[in-house]
Amino acid sequence: MEINVVCYLMVAAVMLFAGVYGFFTRRNLLATLISVELMLNAANINFAVFNRYLFPGVLEGHFFTLFGIAISAAETAVAIAIMINVYRNVRNIQTDDISDLKG
Amino acid sequence: MNNTNLSAILSLHAELSLVVVLVVVLLADLFRKPDAGGRWFRVMTCLLMAVQVLLDLTPDTRSLFGGMYINTPFTSVVKSILSAGTLLIFLQCGEWLGRRDTRFRQGEFYVLTLSTLLGMFFMLSSGHFLMFYIGLETASIPMACLVAMDKYRHHSAEAGAKFILSSMFSSALLLYGLSLIYGTCGTLYFADVPGLLQGSPLQQFSLVLFIAGMGFKMSLVPFHLWTADVYQGAPTGVTAYLSVISKGAAAVALAVVLRFVFPLMKEDWALVIALLSVASITVANLMAILQGDMKRFMAFSSISQAGYIVLGALAGTAQGMASMAYYIAVYVVANVAVFAVISTIEQHTDGRTSRDDYRGLYRTNPRLTLALTLALFSLGGIPPFAGFFSKFFIFAAAFDEGWWMVVFLALLNTIVSLYYYLLVVKAMYMAAPENGQCAVAPLRSAPGVRLCLALCVVGLCALGLYSGFYEGLQRWAEAL
Repeated sequence: MEINVVCYLMVAAVMLFAGVYGFFTRRNLLATLISVELMLNAANINFAVFNRYLFPGVLEGHFFTLFGIAISAAETAVAIAIMINVYRNVRNIQTDDISDLKG
Repeated sequence: MNNTNLSAILSLHAELSLVVVLVVVLLADLFRKPDAGGRWFRVMTCLLMAVQVLLDLTPDTRSLFGGMYINTPFTSVVKSILSAGTLLIFLQCGEWLGRRDTRFRQGEFYVLTLSTLLGMFFMLSSGHFLMFYIGLETASIPMACLVAMDKYRHHSAEAGAKFILSSMFSSALLLYGLSLIYGTCGTLYFADVPGLLQGSPLQQFSLVLFIAGMGFKMSLVPFHLWTADVYQGAPTGVTAYLSVISKGAAAVALAVVLRFVFPLMKEDWALVIALLSVASITVANLMAILQGDMKRFMAFSSISQAGYIVLGALAGTAQGMASMAYYIAVYVVANVAVFAVISTIEQHTDGRTSRDDYRGLYRTNPRLTLALTLALFSLGGIPPFAGFFSKFFIFAAAFDEGWWMVVFLALLNTIVSLYYYLLVVKAMYMAAPENGQCAVAPLRSAPGVRLCLALCVVGLCALGLYSGFYEGLQRWAEAL
């Protein structure tokens, strides 16, 4: 049975907005990072699905997905390294406790 | 699609020479004694960058790797401006990098900065959205490491966390927008997309997501919330880099994409850009008046300057592009001069960056005060200096396209911005220090800082008085 392309796009859209919601409501840096990852992966799903269903002859979307995964892995590595550094300095990664900088 | 052969790589003058500088600096750092002062290492890096600035200029248009990479005379001159700005920042960072607690990390600073610059070069020259995205990320991931560089100061770590999270959020929005463009067009080559766009609602949505993503990178209102915290927490040299180089690169890349990839949807994006521009200029100006910390103050000042810069994208013409590049060049010299003074005073007074500490600075450090005053006059747009002409050209470009209301609001805001720039000048010349003595003792800045300030002051006067530079930019932009 072939699953309709719209179903995949719905999953991606729900992931995107769940990510946006999580980014603004979560109070823990790691949870915020997970939310952003959801958003990035929603875009990756979109690329793969569009390529598979709408433009099956070329591989542009698949390549974009692969690069997207690699780049988001690099970003995550840097983000976690910075979070470890925050933890070393403040002993906490709750966003309420790292608000020294404000105007 | 033409065949790709290895000789094509040799035509990437700007990127290739930057990679060479990067590798040489990396290797020199490996064989350097970590505890040594590293003065020769810094001199070598600055000299290499000076050569690199000249190598960026290529007078012809090239399309390489099947259209993935497009270099035009205009992007090459923008690259040259960005390299020159990076060189100025390297000059002023010498003092901070030579400090006992950062000197073993100075190689990392240079390598990370040069990799972000490399990413910006590829972003400017991209001919495909994949290249654009990779360039953008190459520019922002090492940037987060730079922001968090002072790793024992928790403000720096906090700023780094805020930067990487907001940068990932904006890339995610941008990537989702790109995926929708791919879904509706079936290709992401800059050359092919314009023919396939119809301006459908889905494409409008993806355009808005794309602009939102770039708006975060350029810190336009309402995507500016990270800016002040990151600018304040980051080491001052990095703040200078963030405020001029990455902002300038993102602005030009946005203008190029909007003009050449979305020409059919110009009515849609021009309205969005106009709203973002007016909002950035107005909100940032009002916030800047309230700031007492110089670095936060400069953060809001840079948000409002970003609002002026996108006015060039709003016009979407060759004149708009030329005035934008000119504005960026002038903004680079003025802002780098301001940050050179802020960072020198910070280094010599154990981290003072409050405006109250600048009271009576004229009596203790007349020359630093003079340089800062000239730079602030230029940022505010007072006539003999280059800032006046850059604002004039960018207003003229937007006005010619019929955006007179936007230009009028921006003009009113220029007056507000004069007020807060002159607040600093007033503190330095007229205000009496609190206990009769300026918080900053007479100091002798490092040779690099002096050279940087001299170049900036010469640049401010020369760019304003010599008209050939703008005419050249205009010619290159028309050849685009």
